[in-house]
Amino acid sequence: MASLTIRNIFKNYGAVEVLKGIDIEANQGEFIALVGPSGCGKSTLLAMIAGLESVTDGEIWIGDRMVNSVAPKDRDIAMVFQSYALYPTMTVRQNMLFGMEARNVPKPQQVEAIKRVSALLQIEQLLNRKPGQLSGGQRQRVAMGRALVRDPQLFLFDEPLSNLDAKLRVEMRTEIKKLHHRVGKTTIYVTHDQVEAMTLASRIAVMHKGQVQQFDEPQVVYSRPTNMFVAGFMGSPSMNFIPAQLVDDGGKTAVAVPSQSGGSTKLALYNGAASRAPGKDVIFGVRPEHLFRYSAELKAQKPAIVPLTVPVELVEPTGAETMAVMKVGETEIVGRFDPDHAPQMGENITLGVDMAHVCLFEPTTQRLI
Amino acid sequence: MAFDAEAASARRRWVTSRVIIYGLLIVFSLIYILPLVVVILNSFRDLPEINHNGLIAWPQSFSLDYWYQAWDTYCVGGTCAGVKGNFFNSLTMTIPATIISTALGAMNGYILSKWKFRGSDALFACVMLGVFVPGQLSLMPWSWLLGRIHLSNSVYGLILIHCVQGLSFTTLFCRNFYVNIPDDLVKAARIDGAGFWRIFWKIIVPISPPILIVTVIWQFTGIWNEFLFGVIFTTGNQQPITAALVALGAGGLSVHAYNVSSAAVLIGALPPLLVYFLGGKYFVRGLTQGAIK
Repeated sequence: MASLTIRNIFKNYGAVEVLKGIDIEANQGEFIALVGPSGCGKSTLLAMIAGLESVTDGEIWIGDRMVNSVAPKDRDIAMVFQSYALYPTMTVRQNMLFGMEARNVPKPQQVEAIKRVSALLQIEQLLNRKPGQLSGGQRQRVAMGRALVRDPQLFLFDEPLSNLDAKLRVEMRTEIKKLHHRVGKTTIYVTHDQVEAMTLASRIAVMHKGQVQQFDEPQVVYSRPTNMFVAGFMGSPSMNFIPAQLVDDGGKTAVAVPSQSGGSTKLALYNGAASRAPGKDVIFGVRPEHLFRYSAELKAQKPAIVPLTVPVELVEPTGAETMAVMKVGETEIVGRFDPDHAPQMGENITLGVDMAHVCLFEPTTQRLI
Repeated sequence: MAFDAEAASARRRWVTSRVIIYGLLIVFSLIYILPLVVVILNSFRDLPEINHNGLIAWPQSFSLDYWYQAWDTYCVGGTCAGVKGNFFNSLTMTIPATIISTALGAMNGYILSKWKFRGSDALFACVMLGVFVPGQLSLMPWSWLLGRIHLSNSVYGLILIHCVQGLSFTTLFCRNFYVNIPDDLVKAARIDGAGFWRIFWKIIVPISPPILIVTVIWQFTGIWNEFLFGVIFTTGNQQPITAALVALGAGGLSVHAYNVSSAAVLIGALPPLLVYFLGGKYFVRGLTQGAIK
């Protein structure tokens, strides 16, 4: 049974359409990430699931109950806010007790829940402190603790890590993942950070302009993005898009990309569906990690590799890997190289393009072909 | 040597400027404090001496008797029981009116900032009008209303007036304070299962002391010192002390007892002075401080 079902949800603020027909379903115990740029409507959707925003049209089901007109407190949910929203005048213990007291949970059960959760999150030594005396990471834990004591049917997270510094954010991300494995509750997690979405979620809903662009497992979203928006949003540095043309290459279909000399280079498609119409304009999408320095050994290892010679414009070493900006025709592309095989500035490098992992998009609709 | 000379002249200039600044400050504070000193001194001098040496003079005699008279026996408007009755009238008026108007202001502020509804901003704008409309404009309507509900010439009528007249200010203070409290707190509490009242008592009120102190001080001193409504809607033993002081000043035929008047004025001024002394620190702090982050 699905523990959260969102059916054709619309939300308008006056004449402004914020959400335009959202469909999402979360199975029992799933971790769903809602990801998208700011203004895409993901936080609004979460607030609607929580009952903090009204539904203009459509249905929200939690478990087997339609909750459109159910008050937030009766939806059996818990939420962690970006600002943590800890009650400033209460101690950590009182913060965690507040929800149980409001619901008249029996005293022994309250004590038990505090004990269980504070041990789980390792915040036992903080129980008598006020939120003002806690560090950012500790507040984050307490905010999660407040959600956990209630043992709800659904957890909602609204960008919970975006107020933390980079290092702590990575730590807490791991913790949230561990926590989810241990607790096994259905979780809806809003973030603008695609790395968070990729690492945490069992399924990702990529949102843009009030619509779900793609709703699938992280690896599928990453390697088979349904359109150029998803392809560009997921992954950093993002996917390279090169205007190209489909051509016939000895009975097989190939992509012709502009070359330095003004002509074009044919890159044979690996899964080479011959049926594709030659002459058709396409957008050729390739991720930075699917570009290599071409060599015979590489070709032997990866039969999908095809060569492409391009000039190197800029090299940016980051230590673990080296990014290089290169030029295909008028388009700049980024490649991600092993520092040992990194290109040099000004070099004309022959790239090996891994055609097994490329995407083709329709230029007008921007959809995956 | 040149260096030393320069340092010495810089020091001289510094001293001179300090002397000028402090001198001016002392002069101005004397100007401000002088009336109070005169009144205090006169409240202990006997009447012949005042009449002989003038109001502003160093005391030649000393007696606490005039304070006693002002409090207990002096004749105001035909009754000879001092101002103690009026003093208690003021207390019975000011304390409930302060508490009620502050409580209502806090509720209004809470609703207008955290439970906005269609038209709540327009409603707030209307409440704001009360801040700008001078009190005397509402004299006629009040007179009509007090007559209708039989609260003319009664301290309870004044309580009602001050609760209503004060509402605009208390609402403004509290609403502006609560607007700065993050909405997420209320949302979190709603998801936690708390309702309107539990959120108010358990979350909003505990955050509120800075603004409540400001509001209480503002209301207490404002209501205590107000005398227009007191003079117009009450007479005799129903009057608050400020109104009684007016009657005292109006004198009548008898010789003006400056010493007793001084003592009475001081009695009337004591509670607000006390409130400022005890709460002034919080008042300034509360006015300048935003809500908690």
